Amino acid sequence: MRYQFDFGALLPYWRDFLDGALTTLTMTAFAVVFGLAIGILCAIGRRSASPLLQRLCGFYVELIRNTPYIIQIFFIFFGLSSIGLRLPIFAAAVLTLVVNVGAYTAEIVRAGMDTIHPGQIEAAQALGLSQPQIYWDVILRPALERVYPALTGQFVLMMLASSITSQISAEELTAVANNVQSFSFRAFETYIVVAVLYLALAVLLKLAFYGFGQLIFPRRRRLGTPL
Amino acid sequence: MAAAVSLRDVHKRFGEVEVLKGVSFEVAPGEVVAIIGRSGSGKSTALRCVNRLETIQSGEIELCGRRVDDPALDLRALRRDVGMVFQSYNLFPHLTVAENITLAPRRVRRTPPAEARRIAEEVLTRVGLSDKIDAYPEQLSGGQQQRVAIARSLAMEPKVMLFDEVTSALDPHLTGEVLKVMETLAKGGMTMLVVTHEMAFARRVADRVIFMHTGKVWETGPGSMLADPQTPELKEFLANGL
Ligand SMILES: Nc1ncnc2c1ncn2[C@@H]1O[C@H](COP(=O)(O)OP(=O)(O)O)[C@@H](O)[C@H]1O
Ligand SMILES: [Mg+2]
Repeated sequence: MRYQFDFGALLPYWRDFLDGALTTLTMTAFAVVFGLAIGILCAIGRRSASPLLQRLCGFYVELIRNTPYIIQIFFIFFGLSSIGLRLPIFAAAVLTLVVNVGAYTAEIVRAGMDTIHPGQIEAAQALGLSQPQIYWDVILRPALERVYPALTGQFVLMMLASSITSQISAEELTAVANNVQSFSFRAFETYIVVAVLYLALAVLLKLAFYGFGQLIFPRRRRLGTPL
Repeated sequence: MAAAVSLRDVHKRFGEVEVLKGVSFEVAPGEVVAIIGRSGSGKSTALRCVNRLETIQSGEIELCGRRVDDPALDLRALRRDVGMVFQSYNLFPHLTVAENITLAPRRVRRTPPAEARRIAEEVLTRVGLSDKIDAYPEQLSGGQQQRVAIARSLAMEPKVMLFDEVTSALDPHLTGEVLKVMETLAKGGMTMLVVTHEMAFARRVADRVIFMHTGKVWETGPGSMLADPQTPELKEFLANGL
């Protein structure tokens, strides 16, 4: 029972690994930007005065958070093509990620907005700020600062979950690994390499989020304490 | 001269509960009026109706010639004329003192950043806190935070200022510094409507005192009325405090 490791057999595929990792990162970047936008809009919708909007946003969040991601992928992918909409694989994969992470983001952002004391909003109203200005300056900014660790943690999880989009043949890191191991017959080594690459991506992402947080939250940078 | 603030037969209900039962009073320009009364008598509600944080069911409210109870009221214009300071300071915790003060001028009046900064320096000098301009609220004492809140309101150059028990959350040894700032404002000619439990302040600084009881203006008169209450309710209130 001795296994002879042969990582050399994987060397010819280094470009494929790199491309896969870059695709994973690109998908993640798109999903973070659009998922955050949807999450914020949805969190605002759940606080809106319109019961219809509240219920619509609530339904979306609960639906996504209570079904498996892989089912969501198939639902969106085959659902779209059966109504005649053909998206490129990459776009379809990003779409499933956005729909998925948007719901989790909405819930995190909502929790953050719930921590804003009503007195804050009244003070802003008394100063003459408009509703959109209050949402941006007095509710969203401190709410996002408060939930930033939870939010970025969710984005890292999403990056890892993006490996599931290999199921619809998105050419990301996991799909690359599946191909490489079938050509090289070195499955064990391939998945070790891929695990290390995912780990590296996760660390990279965490560092990037940390740096970005220092940039956009000056209070945190200067005081170093949670808000 | 027309009143800066006037309430005429104002009725306000929260659901079934009537909290203001026909409140009428006026504040002349430059006048300082203190509102006193037991907790729950409707003092905060009366104040919050003046800048329309609450809407009323009937009656009329006017502020600087503007009908506050008009549904078509320009809220932004109203709130440029009237500032408010709260019991719980309500500074924005993620912003520095300067940013707290300049937020409204920059957003509402589109004041350029350099000019807004100059305004912040000026109002902070007036409350004696120019050295705290770049601090964050959590780095300040309660009294300092409340003075910043006053400065933040002043930066919008309001014609009328509303104060709702602004020293009630403070340790006794910190109330003095806030009251002193308010007294200076009053001497400078600011029109002020002040809900307070500080009887000494009401007697010394207010031109007129309004005693509210069960949602009504119960008794009103100059500061000296506190030494000579006419109604048994005010007598009892003054004897037992809050
Ligand atoms: N938003 C609200 N909803 C329901 N009842 C309220 C609300 N605000 C105040 N009240 C009630 O109105 C009454 C007067 O309150 P308030 O004006 O805060 O009194 P005061 O400031 O004199 O202590 C109290 O009985 C209080 O419980
Ligand atoms: Mg009150």
